[in-house]
Amino acid sequence: MIDIALTFAFACFGLGLLFCLWRITVGPNPADRILALDTMVINVIALLVLYGVREGTAVYFEASMLVAMVGFVSTVAYCRFILRGDIIE
Amino acid sequence: MTDPAEILVTIFIVLGGVFGLVGSYGLLKLRDTMQRLHGPTKATTLGIGSVLIASMIHALAVKGALSFHELLITLFLLLTAPITANFIAKAYIIRNSDRTKLPGTGGRYGWSVYDDAPGPSEATTGEQGSSQD
Repeated sequence: MIDIALTFAFACFGLGLLFCLWRITVGPNPADRILALDTMVINVIALLVLYGVREGTAVYFEASMLVAMVGFVSTVAYCRFILRGDIIE
Repeated sequence: MTDPAEILVTIFIVLGGVFGLVGSYGLLKLRDTMQRLHGPTKATTLGIGSVLIASMIHALAVKGALSFHELLITLFLLLTAPITANFIAKAYIIRNSDRTKLPGTGGRYGWSVYDDAPGPSEATTGEQGSSQD
């Protein structure tokens, strides 16, 4: 039963990744693209955690923690570059 | 694995998948950038929280020990989602809105997007001014 639920969730988050890719391609302004990239990172974290549940190991939690941190820092850096024209002043 | 735990894990995984899909679909469907900000920052965060709860229950049922990695990731995501949303909104305001049409802040300083934050000396004088009023 868990296998079916995992397949369903994999499909959902994979489709979500494709939606984000569409918004990155089409997105009329940079804020849309940053938002889509941030959502992409969150979807990837969900996929990693689900893969960890499927394999039954705890290795993937470290990986998803790293991805979460890198995603947050990159989003803030990109927004700050638009706001101030510089990342570190 | 016991049966009720399996059912709980299944429910939480399916819920998480649905919420994640709804959040990402909001990115497609909504019309304005400010509207699009709502989908991913709320629904997707809820979805990933649900997936992490499912992972916690799964670890508890299989190994018999509660793992706190998931709690750490949930806490981190819940803390960073509002900050990210605020930054993206500010980036949108500075690129796309007319400065003269924004409503006043009602304070001594303008919108933080355009004006620098008050320095330490100015901030203390501002507090004194408001206390005298």
